[in-house]
Amino acid sequence: MTLPTDLRYSKEHEWVRGEGGSVVVGITAHAAQELGDVVFVDLPAIGSTVKQFATFGVVESVKAVSDLYSPISGTVVARNEALSKSPEVINADPYGGGWLIEVELANADELAVLLSADAYAALIP
Amino acid sequence: MVDFAGWEMPIQYAGVIAEHQAVRSKAGIFDLSHMAQIHVRGAGAAAALDAAVVSQPSSLAPGRAQYSIIVDSAGMMIDDLVIYRRAEDAFLVVSNASNGEHVARELGTRIGSAAAVSDQSPDAALIAVQGPAAVAILTPYVQLADAKPLDSLAGYASSEAHLRIDERQVACMIARTGYTGEDGFEIYLAGVDASATWRALLTVGASAGLQPIGLGARDTLRLEAGMPLFGNDLRSDLTPYDVGFGRVVRLDKPGDFVGATALRARSSASPDVGRQLVALRVTGRGIARQGYAVLSESGESVGTVTSGTHSPSLGQPIALADVAAAAGPWSVGRSVAVRVREESVAAEVVALPFVPKRSKRRG
Repeated sequence: MTLPTDLRYSKEHEWVRGEGGSVVVGITAHAAQELGDVVFVDLPAIGSTVKQFATFGVVESVKAVSDLYSPISGTVVARNEALSKSPEVINADPYGGGWLIEVELANADELAVLLSADAYAALIP
Repeated sequence: MVDFAGWEMPIQYAGVIAEHQAVRSKAGIFDLSHMAQIHVRGAGAAAALDAAVVSQPSSLAPGRAQYSIIVDSAGMMIDDLVIYRRAEDAFLVVSNASNGEHVARELGTRIGSAAAVSDQSPDAALIAVQGPAAVAILTPYVQLADAKPLDSLAGYASSEAHLRIDERQVACMIARTGYTGEDGFEIYLAGVDASATWRALLTVGASAGLQPIGLGARDTLRLEAGMPLFGNDLRSDLTPYDVGFGRVVRLDKPGDFVGATALRARSSASPDVGRQLVALRVTGRGIARQGYAVLSESGESVGTVTSGTHSPSLGQPIALADVAAAAGPWSVGRSVAVRVREESVAAEVVALPFVPKRSKRRG
């Protein structure tokens, strides 16, 4: 599985796109594959705050419920409304159409503790 | 792969939804060799089984099967079963893997010297082929003992048979039963023949769309068909009457049976006593999962979800729930809620099955 090199990753299998200001968050292809067919996503409301490495929502496959952990802290400025009708996009296009939320960063320094594509690749089979 | 009652079994092959849809539209093949297979043989077998389970196996003609339940002396369920009458004096009792040893032990004790009870589970295999294409896939390779075509078997009928693929010939018992709500067959065979048969069937069925099915889709298929699962919806602290299976209990059969006194009392109890198993369709945002609370109109917790998932056929969450009969009536159309992660999500009581069954009727 090729990982996009322009993203940063967390050990909880989320990714971040962007360097400052607002960033986009999603789950990795590995996470999506492990979950299986995604059938439901629960995302935070716009304006709510998320905290680095704390849960911010839930993703459910047919079989299981999994928490989503935010890779960064900040304020939610957008969420992928298309997922409520078509959650399967998370499986089909986890780094593109399957994005979850856009967050206005509270502290850009938090990005530094996330993993590069190579470092994340070393964590997954 | 997961551990399932000591058996290593796959949750999925191609993916739960793809497998589910394969069974609904074409066909799927299931390795169910974990199921316990207990044989009861001898001239006294029919009467002895009548005294051991709540149904009346003696009423079966040879080549017929019935759904049954075995309870303890208090009327509490030990397991649910399918009982096949293979011949006048030969029955096959199929129980859940996790309860197989317990059921075999109970049958041995209850039947005693009236018949021979033998648990063949370690040496026996079971392969199911389910779905609208199942009959077409299997027909060229199955020879029933009476030489009639496979499609002559009615629902819940079975026959001794041979499965002949290429040069291999395998003795089996084939039954028009299943756990998916679709037409289909279950093939009981020796364990030594199982893997070659599995591979041969997958090969000959491929062009008709036959796919291997894991535990995940097995669960969504049975739940859509409204079939309860022991360990989830059926439990050892409930009687058959607490899950809507009073019709399985034959209080009128001749002779006594284990649990009869308790079940007779339970059957005549007021309808607001005990528990009920109800079907729910979630209309709000959220999936009702096992263990989630069911809330009444006033927000009071009145039960617990026992099985819940996203229904691939309906595109909507469905659930079975164990609820207090006293909080009823649980009429179809009643609005309730399920507590999903602190939130109250709207649900509605519906009739079973969730998805219409297409399995064959009893002949």
